[in-house]
Amino acid sequence: MTHRSDRTLDVRALARVEGEGAMHVRVRGDAVEEVRLDIYEPPRFFEALLRGRRYTEPPDITARICGICPVAYQMSACAAIEDACAVTVEPGVAALRRLLYCGEWIESHTLHIYLLHAPDFLGYPSALELAKDRRDVVERGLALKKAGNEIVELLGGRAIHPVNVRVGGFYRTPARRELAPLREKLRTALDQALETVRWVAGFDFPDFHHDHEMLALVTPGQYAVESGGVATTAGLAFAVQRFEDHVIEEHVPHSTALHARLAGRGNYVVGPTARYTLNRQWLSPLALEAADAAGLGADCRNPYRSILVRAVETVFALDEAIRLIEQYEPPARPFVEVPPREAIGYGATEAPRGILFHRYGLDADGLITSARIVPPTSQNQAGIEDDLRRFVGSRLHLDDERLTWQCEQAIRNYDPCISCSTHFLDLTVERR
Amino acid sequence: MGTDAAMPTLAVWKFASCDGCQLSLLDCEDELLAVADRVRIAHFLEASRQVEPGPYDVSLVEGSITTADDVARIHRVREMSRTLVTIGACATAGGVQALRNFADVDEFRSVVYARPEYVSTLATSTPIAAHVDVDYELHGCPIDRRQLLEVITALLVGRRPNIPAHSVCFECKQRGNVCVVVAHGTPCLGPVTHAGCGAICPAYQRGCYGCFGPMETPNGTAQAGLLRATGMSEADMVRAYRTYNAGAPAFIELSRITVGPPQPEGST
Ligand code: SF4
Ligand code: SF4
Repeated sequence: MTHRSDRTLDVRALARVEGEGAMHVRVRGDAVEEVRLDIYEPPRFFEALLRGRRYTEPPDITARICGICPVAYQMSACAAIEDACAVTVEPGVAALRRLLYCGEWIESHTLHIYLLHAPDFLGYPSALELAKDRRDVVERGLALKKAGNEIVELLGGRAIHPVNVRVGGFYRTPARRELAPLREKLRTALDQALETVRWVAGFDFPDFHHDHEMLALVTPGQYAVESGGVATTAGLAFAVQRFEDHVIEEHVPHSTALHARLAGRGNYVVGPTARYTLNRQWLSPLALEAADAAGLGADCRNPYRSILVRAVETVFALDEAIRLIEQYEPPARPFVEVPPREAIGYGATEAPRGILFHRYGLDADGLITSARIVPPTSQNQAGIEDDLRRFVGSRLHLDDERLTWQCEQAIRNYDPCISCSTHFLDLTVERR
Repeated sequence: MGTDAAMPTLAVWKFASCDGCQLSLLDCEDELLAVADRVRIAHFLEASRQVEPGPYDVSLVEGSITTADDVARIHRVREMSRTLVTIGACATAGGVQALRNFADVDEFRSVVYARPEYVSTLATSTPIAAHVDVDYELHGCPIDRRQLLEVITALLVGRRPNIPAHSVCFECKQRGNVCVVVAHGTPCLGPVTHAGCGAICPAYQRGCYGCFGPMETPNGTAQAGLLRATGMSEADMVRAYRTYNAGAPAFIELSRITVGPPQPEGST
């Protein structure tokens, strides 16, 4: 039905991604003429509306950029503001932040694996359809997701837009006995996470590799989550404070998300595969073992295998959460005072989808004078378009429907968060 | 997703938002599959690439209206929906993005985008009810998933959802929270904020910041006095009302009462 040589593929509203976007591919003969990931999610202007707000507000306000990764926004905002005010939080508070973040990784990764991405590999339009044939599998995914949400709920008050995070720490820190029941639940979830790795490892992965430079936070000695310096697979390394010297954002006409590239170097990608490639040695022994058994090598440059990396990171996050709960000593105070000062502060953390950078300018009264937020999806956008171009080029023999579905899958590899990136996908493949 | 043609159909729509409210449905981990057994999820892009044509029995609408295209789209959604329920502060009050309503949107656009001419947007962010008739509104940023389940179950059996409109204070008492204003002098919007969250913030030793929007009949003058007594400045009070529910008429009104009678010099 589609052996026309010139064609367009269009997905007018991308499904199973967070936010709104479209994909447009134009093919002439054997050549892919144009690939566009159109992000038409309406802009919400966070960077503009933050100006004039108090320096205590960005953790709550920027959480509203994304309902799937609010903790990432809260953690990057706190890091940037504490940097501006030259304050360091107590070790006990830092450990709780990492625990909270582990909860978000578990919840977000499991949502992506089970509800958004796995159905592509198994040929179902949704997890709810999959549940008709494999209810046990979907129930396992939901139980695992719930375990992540329970961490966020306990520490944050609720799973979406937690209320307990503040600049300098938390409003209230839990007693040891409050965390204890969580540990038992996480042990069960750990078994489910290991099963998830085995399940996902059996999927059929297209043979596809990219050669993008990969960028992630690195914290020697531990798998980077809530802190670290920036490093790339090509050996570039710099402090978070230098992020804007290296990452250039451009505004392209077809997108309300900005495109990022590395100054003088070009496209790069962020996210689980970048994190894994740069941090693998610091995975917990159990997660490392699961990665080896699943056949993940020293690095992962096949974006389709990102689902496997997410599964391994879920094992890691559960392991890490259990360790943090076991070693938890309630901090002397839930938060440290953060006196405002006139300064610029920078912060970056590893959101489930990759590095999330914030920068704020403050005046002496603590009012925000400028804000800049670079979310993972805008950093990945050029890389995604590049993958699509190469992927479509090698699969032009497929009919439009199959090719379109496979393109959507190629995009979902990056778990794009479109609400974030506008501060996805409608697919068009045009064959002419 | 069920396939039984006799099952009621559910559609979920997104406008300008963070996806948090529709995610609340996927976060019903214990009930999601049970819901899917009883309703046919016919349009829910965040969860499925399978889309069935309307009309739909129930539409859940998340997000606010910020573009000309979305004005047209919400009318189409209304035409296709027997019952239309708005979910969350974006859909019921314009969301945090309604802060542009108090500012110059062209200036906003030029702060965020190097090439503002590529971005088309309206000067305002408005709730769904400003454009079409709405059958039920669920408050919250995000909504509470127990309330969402209550609405879905009620609509399935054809009764009115039981969604109380009293204040967060009431829920604090139910939860057995110590009042953060009385005990710690912490500023709190609980007395004027719509119930629904279960009084989370006070349980975490924090004042309510109003994410569920205004309760039915808030007493703005009493609230302004209470906030002033905690040492809050007028500017902080105005900002408190102008956040996630900045476009809610009652909060706009309250932010005006806040400024109140002239204060003695130096009192702000
Ligand atoms: S109301 Fe809040 S949680 Fe819901 S979509 Fe809007 S920003 Fe997100
Ligand atoms: S207490 Fe207030 S701010 Fe906190 S969750 Fe409830 S309604 Fe929202």
